Amino acid sequence: MKVDDTVVKSIAQLAQLELKPESIQENIDSMTSILNLVDQMQSVDTTGIEPMAHPLDTMQRLREDHVSEPDQRELFQSIAPATEKNLYLVPKVIE
Amino acid sequence: MAMHNNTIVELLAALKSGEFSSKELTRHYIERIKVLDSLYNAFITPLEEQALQAAEQADADRARGKELPLGGIPIAHKDIFCTRGIKSTCGSRMLDNFISPYDATVVENLTAAGAILIGKTNMDEFAMGSSSETSFYGPVKNPWDLERVPGGSSGGSATAVAARMCAGATGTDTGGSIRQPASLCGISGLKPTYGRVSRWGMVAFASSLDQAGPMTQTAADAALMLNAMAGHDAKDSTSITDPVPDYSARLNDKICGIKLGLCKEYFEDGLDANVQQCVMDAVLVLEKMGARISEVSLPNTRQSVPAYYVIAPAECSANLARYDGVRFGHRCENPVDLGDLYRRSRSEGFGAEVKRRIMIGTFALSAGYYDAYYRKAQQIRRLIKNDFVNVFEEVDMIIGPIAPSTAFRLGEKIGDPVTMYLQDIFTIASNLAGLPAASFPAGFVDGLPIGIQVIGNYLDEASILQLGHQFQLQTDWHKRTPASAEL
Repeated sequence: MKVDDTVVKSIAQLAQLELKPESIQENIDSMTSILNLVDQMQSVDTTGIEPMAHPLDTMQRLREDHVSEPDQRELFQSIAPATEKNLYLVPKVIE
Repeated sequence: MAMHNNTIVELLAALKSGEFSSKELTRHYIERIKVLDSLYNAFITPLEEQALQAAEQADADRARGKELPLGGIPIAHKDIFCTRGIKSTCGSRMLDNFISPYDATVVENLTAAGAILIGKTNMDEFAMGSSSETSFYGPVKNPWDLERVPGGSSGGSATAVAARMCAGATGTDTGGSIRQPASLCGISGLKPTYGRVSRWGMVAFASSLDQAGPMTQTAADAALMLNAMAGHDAKDSTSITDPVPDYSARLNDKICGIKLGLCKEYFEDGLDANVQQCVMDAVLVLEKMGARISEVSLPNTRQSVPAYYVIAPAECSANLARYDGVRFGHRCENPVDLGDLYRRSRSEGFGAEVKRRIMIGTFALSAGYYDAYYRKAQQIRRLIKNDFVNVFEEVDMIIGPIAPSTAFRLGEKIGDPVTMYLQDIFTIASNLAGLPAASFPAGFVDGLPIGIQVIGNYLDEASILQLGHQFQLQTDWHKRTPASAEL
């Protein structure tokens, strides 16, 4: 897999990370070396092997549909960067 | 013997007999932290006042006849665990201002068992690292050699126990983060079966791999802590419902006749010859104790690091998407719009290694690459698990090294991520499979400790701890203390 600045920039955009122009080469280099390591997987024949997402292979348990937690909005919002009238504040999205 | 060199088992007996109080013991550890931790940087948040209050309460409870399994024992929590009203940073600038509004289940359970929280320990940022150098709060130093790393990511907890600044500590292990620092610091550390200990309130890195466990001087102490930590938790949908046995019950059973497998792939290349010698010497001790040793094969061992460095970053990139500067954690100054708020808050809040893993994970999950990377890694994960299932038809446990070498120098590997990742070559497979595994002190090379790894079958932590305890009755590696921790 060839990693170039287009790949790095588009991945950074997907990941919502800001890349400084001077760090692009560093990102290309580290992604390239990690993907070289990861590409060793391609030498293994995995035809017909079922992917394993989870060590327990279990299903999510179901529970009764009733309220189990008390409302702790004030407590949880006390650590938020900005709130108003019980809402989280972000910069204006629509003019 | 100095108070701090006692194991938890011994401390409980001393507290019970009235030799000293929990308050005296807690004060003693606090004094040690105050003097020693300027050398190590093992603690992010020491908790003097709160610990002394809790110790006083523990003494009062004991005087009233209330006996708790860990009553009055001072322990530390890795700063990955949320602690109500206390800064819970996960070693990151992102959470530098995060005062958790609730306790992790592990914290709740240990508190209910009577443990005293003495402080929160330093760690690799978001548990991503093998050296405890990626912390926003600066690197942790190995008490056996201050120029060297303690391992990671639970390096603060390992150092705190090794330097006797607390009786025991919690750690978490996603790819070796309990076992490798335990090995490099000369203590005992156990990663339980995936799902045995609740992940509720434990900051998520890779949710299908993360598991919390005890870090202690001895296997017997680890059993006591695990007794309190383990158990079903309705708040964690991956929590196992099987009943929790008493992990201390079988410690004194002999290991005569037990079948141990030496995994040949662990001895092929990359393993330091002196480390190998230590492991083989430990195997000889076990053999003399009546264990039956045979060679076993885990043919896909070499694929564990490549598969892990797809799966763990993929899960990390999804988990760390929650840090957006909106609800909690770091927010950048004066964002111009929502995109700027997300990007700058994340870029300022995360360190270099965390960003690197988010980038790799985002790549592996992105359109066009999913099958070649993520799906392929999951298929290899299945092969790795199958290897273990086959081997456990022949043997009871697998033994081998924890890490290729003793503690390396600060700064030695931090500039080369792939070299750092290969540190975890012997530990990662048990995370991928979800198996329990531990490190027990097994010797020294040039004054630096080395652990032996014991991997057990699913939910068979009791056998691992039994083997560790029996080994520790025959050896004294776990009793050695670093010169830097002498006062």
